[in-house]
Amino acid sequence: MNWSDALIQMQYNLGAPQELSWLVQGITYFVGAFILANAALVLALVLIWITRKVISRIQDRIGPNRLGPFGLFQTIADAMKLLSKEDINPTSADTISYQIAPVLSVVGVIMALAVIPFGAGLIGADLNVGVLYLVALGSIGIMAALMAGWGSNNKYALLAGFRVVAQLLSYEIPMVLAMLAPVLLVNTMRMQELAQAQSLFIGPINLGIGWFVFLLPGAFLIYFISALAEGEQTPFDLLEAESELVAGFHIEYSGMKFAMFFLAQFLNSFFLGAIAVALFLGGWQGPFAGQIPLLGPIYFMAKTFFIYVVIQWIKGTFPRMRVDQMMQFAWKVLVPLVLTLILVQMVVMKLPLPGWINSLLVLVANIGVFIAVLNIMGSYFRREMVRTKRSFEPKSLIGTMQPVNTSSGD
Amino acid sequence: MPELPFPLPPLPTVQQVVFVGIALLTVVGSLAVVLARNLFHSALGLVAAFFGAAGVYIIAEAEFIGVSQVLVYVGAISTLITFAIMLTRGMMFGATSPRNRQSGTAAIITSLTFIVLMALMNGINWPEASEPIVDGQAIIAGLGRAFVTEYIIPFELLALLLLVALAGAIVLAKDRN
Amino acid sequence: MLSQWGFVLILSAIAVIIPVAAVTLGHFLGPRRPDPIKNETYESGVETIGDTWVQFRAQYYLIGLIFLIFDVEVIFLFPIAIAYQDLSFFSVIAAVTFVLILILGLFLEWRKGALEWS
Repeated sequence: MNWSDALIQMQYNLGAPQELSWLVQGITYFVGAFILANAALVLALVLIWITRKVISRIQDRIGPNRLGPFGLFQTIADAMKLLSKEDINPTSADTISYQIAPVLSVVGVIMALAVIPFGAGLIGADLNVGVLYLVALGSIGIMAALMAGWGSNNKYALLAGFRVVAQLLSYEIPMVLAMLAPVLLVNTMRMQELAQAQSLFIGPINLGIGWFVFLLPGAFLIYFISALAEGEQTPFDLLEAESELVAGFHIEYSGMKFAMFFLAQFLNSFFLGAIAVALFLGGWQGPFAGQIPLLGPIYFMAKTFFIYVVIQWIKGTFPRMRVDQMMQFAWKVLVPLVLTLILVQMVVMKLPLPGWINSLLVLVANIGVFIAVLNIMGSYFRREMVRTKRSFEPKSLIGTMQPVNTSSGD
Repeated sequence: MPELPFPLPPLPTVQQVVFVGIALLTVVGSLAVVLARNLFHSALGLVAAFFGAAGVYIIAEAEFIGVSQVLVYVGAISTLITFAIMLTRGMMFGATSPRNRQSGTAAIITSLTFIVLMALMNGINWPEASEPIVDGQAIIAGLGRAFVTEYIIPFELLALLLLVALAGAIVLAKDRN
Repeated sequence: MLSQWGFVLILSAIAVIIPVAAVTLGHFLGPRRPDPIKNETYESGVETIGDTWVQFRAQYYLIGLIFLIFDVEVIFLFPIAIAYQDLSFFSVIAAVTFVLILILGLFLEWRKGALEWS
């Protein structure tokens, strides 16, 4: 049963007139959307707390621990503080773009909530174009970054805006193509059907672990890496390369307007994780989720929070990539590999062989791509490690030092 | 209740109200493109107009086209236009006049096009949808099937066209020196 | 089906109201003591020289163009992916050819150094 149908039925049972069906439907949708959007705001508070806790543990600190249990209320206090900050409007800024940009960045992120399947029947709107809708929302984020960069009328903001747009554009292609792999398997773009298809029946019992990540690990890895870049997370958080760009395209923003960009970024990385869960990690599927419906949303949130913690773990441990390396990684590694994967999957799944051989061949190709991507990333970070070591132990390496390439590439 | 001298017009449907909103967005966006003194503001107006067009597609139950519109036009083409503006010196912050020598001719040509289009649209006997679309997914699937069966040659030619465009991009963006 | 987009419309309205309300609230709750130095462009405390326009590399434009072309390609692949089940092997080969031609384009860019970011 769909949540909206249930709610509409409830209103009719309470005596709503049948002629006003459009109003009943409108009220239903409004209630759903209102709860969803406000839950996102509460979620953001939790996300920021998780980030601070995970990062501080990695850095051998305790993190926020004063306000409330485990410092949970610290973020609320921070939000209060941001509310009381002065709203500075630079004189040279372009008013229209400067004021709209923070609003737009939040809009693009919150609208993604509409197609995220939290559980069986728990999806805002199961659009026929669900997957593409999510990708299309990314363009709102691109516009927001451009408007903020240009509207601030600041050299650093503009540079950062350009950089981030180039990054978002480059990584969108591998991300969409990786999302195409599960779509090819299920032949639908509806998020709910995609989650539904990842069940595993043994007899009549749904174990709920037929996750696509077991069949398409390569596509999953490429999606995950591109999502890191799309969410502007380490190792792709170049837009806030402090030493080069001061703060990013939101350098001129203060108080609540800055908080909006902040909110958008945290929610965005969480939602990108949620999409990964819906497409590759079985969505709300799990053992006994079919029998006990309440388990579905719990599984979904647990998986998404797990992905989120992994993203923060990467944030705490990985160095930042250089802009030139980042762009080349997208176009020279991810795009060719993911295109190969799609081609292999398209051809192999049509070969007149038994089904399990087809799946096995796809799996082999995916594992190959998985290893290749990890190897290329690994060799890059190993090189970086040697470079860092050299700059910290100069004495033992006299005569072997190479000039460090410090060009930022802008 | 006293009898009204004329029958009340029927209440607009929700769809019609939404359409008016979307149409207003499109018109205001398009006007901003033409009238803004600042080129970047023109680009923003264009984005608004693109969103409006996507909304019209969606109201006409062409969801796939609507989403593609946002993806290609808002995501790629407006970004490209903005890049082009920013790459050109002086165009970025200086105010430009929305009028030039050709504005009169352009006005005449656009009004004529508008009149012709209106006449054409009034003359056509538009078919009415017999029933609402139930399975929107089948329409998208039908589109995909048509690409690789009926329209297979245009489809492959399109790939060649895109290839030529890629080659052209290199020529355009490469430094002359 | 259209009513599903009604939800998207309502959600987008709420998604606009929330940040607007937050920003407005912040505007009225915070202090307002503007002064000319505070409202200057921030450049680490150094006075701004020249206008914001800097020479941008044409590379950005090139990336935008390549992105546009691959975006169009992806748009065409999605309907095919949805119809995939009923397609004949020949049709799938046609789709594969479509992608192969574009991979050719990508390697062309690669050979010509358009993907370098130096």
